[in-house]
Amino acid sequence: MSPTLTDAGAAARDPADGLAALEQRGSTAETFGIPLAVLAELTHRCPLQCPYCSNPVELDRAGSELTTEEWKKVLTELAEIGVLQIHFSGGEPTARKDLVELVRHASEVGLYSNLITSAVLLTKEKLSALADAGLCHVQISFQGNEPVVADRVAGLKNAHDKKIEAARWTRGLDLPLTVNAVMHRQNLHQLSDIIQMAVDLDADRLEVANVQYYGWALKNRAALMPTLEQIEETSRIVEEAAVRLKGILAIDYVVPDYYALRPKKCMGGWGRQFFNISPTGKILPCHAAESITGLEFESVRSNHSIAWIWQNSEAFNRYRGTGWMPEPCRSCEFKEVDFGGCRCQAFALTGDAGNTDPACALSPMHDAIFKQAELESAGASNRFLYRNFAGGTLEAGDDGA
Amino acid sequence: MASRNIRVSEASRPVLPRHAKLKFDETRQVWVLLAPERVLAPDQIAVEVLKLCDGARSVADVVDQLAAKYAAEREAISVDVIAMLQDLADKGFLTELREKTL
Repeated sequence: MSPTLTDAGAAARDPADGLAALEQRGSTAETFGIPLAVLAELTHRCPLQCPYCSNPVELDRAGSELTTEEWKKVLTELAEIGVLQIHFSGGEPTARKDLVELVRHASEVGLYSNLITSAVLLTKEKLSALADAGLCHVQISFQGNEPVVADRVAGLKNAHDKKIEAARWTRGLDLPLTVNAVMHRQNLHQLSDIIQMAVDLDADRLEVANVQYYGWALKNRAALMPTLEQIEETSRIVEEAAVRLKGILAIDYVVPDYYALRPKKCMGGWGRQFFNISPTGKILPCHAAESITGLEFESVRSNHSIAWIWQNSEAFNRYRGTGWMPEPCRSCEFKEVDFGGCRCQAFALTGDAGNTDPACALSPMHDAIFKQAELESAGASNRFLYRNFAGGTLEAGDDGA
Repeated sequence: MASRNIRVSEASRPVLPRHAKLKFDETRQVWVLLAPERVLAPDQIAVEVLKLCDGARSVADVVDQLAAKYAAEREAISVDVIAMLQDLADKGFLTELREKTL
């Protein structure tokens, strides 16, 4: 005998291996089986204004959000169809007054719950109530390792200090902590210090994610795009830290695809192993999918079940698998490795979500985009357009700080 | 706080922490171990081991039980069980009750 535990991979980011591991053991899940983990964007409201926010530029208003009862029904349905983990995200999920109730409901129906939060609205009592309700894991975003850079990026005073405090409460409650660090030209010089901060906070995991450029981040690309030298330095720092901190801090690293030759396997492939639910209840193949115009996304408020929407809706089937692919994807030996990259990026940069992601060196637009990124990374434009419901607010002061 | 850097031995009394949940997945008809951003797929014997890890039993007790049940060589089982539990501990998905009063 030799007991083994197959690592089914990161449930949210690349559950392909997870599904494969589970399915080869006699799964009854159908083709495009129900994802292991689902992202629930409870609200788009957020006290932070990060210029790279992954929410759509057209934010959902508070009045249109699913009600507590609607979310509870969704959670029950997700558990019934085989979803195992639920990530409560936003916007800022703690802006919902019913979060404790939703976490408790998730626990009751057997979902493993994860809170992805900016943490600035948390109190010790609130966090304690969430832990009592069965919360399993907390992810706190950090914008830097000290208040000057971090609060500027967040567009909120005292945000950094509150996050540090909330991180300590998290570990004090014996909840596992992941530090989420989104990196870009304005904070990459702090990466080593951010890694040390995560160690000092007794975090279990650190996600170092370079900004992905669509939505708000695309609007802010000139201020955020790192130089190629910065990216190389980043990779070096992460690789060194990952070895040095083995057994102390697990580090996940997301590289920026602008400087890659091959596109990322975005969402593990469109409609293949991931969906998220928007604040108004739309079932989306990724959190940026609504940026693609011309696609109709079904809602949990429709008379269709979530499983039906996942398996049958036009939006999910539009770019699912490889049948939709044009050249150069169609005849590419890597088509089932990266599934053509990111549909949202293809749409944002080429105007057609059905094109090859320009992050791929085989895209006819790749060179032009790479040159543009290089140009912007060396430019003097450092001013943010802050994310908010007003369509964005330009950072005060002169450009070229 | 969760224990870090646990060295699993026959004397350890391991238990899954609250953030590592062993569960039978009814949809896929398999056991899964749910952890932060991870879904692990334990095989049948790993499930048996994990079910026995209750914080009271020692690893030695677990090995004894399995050796009796499978009529297998105790030493080999001990090595395999400790390796699996150590792997889980290194990932932060295993804790142990400290023997304070013994």
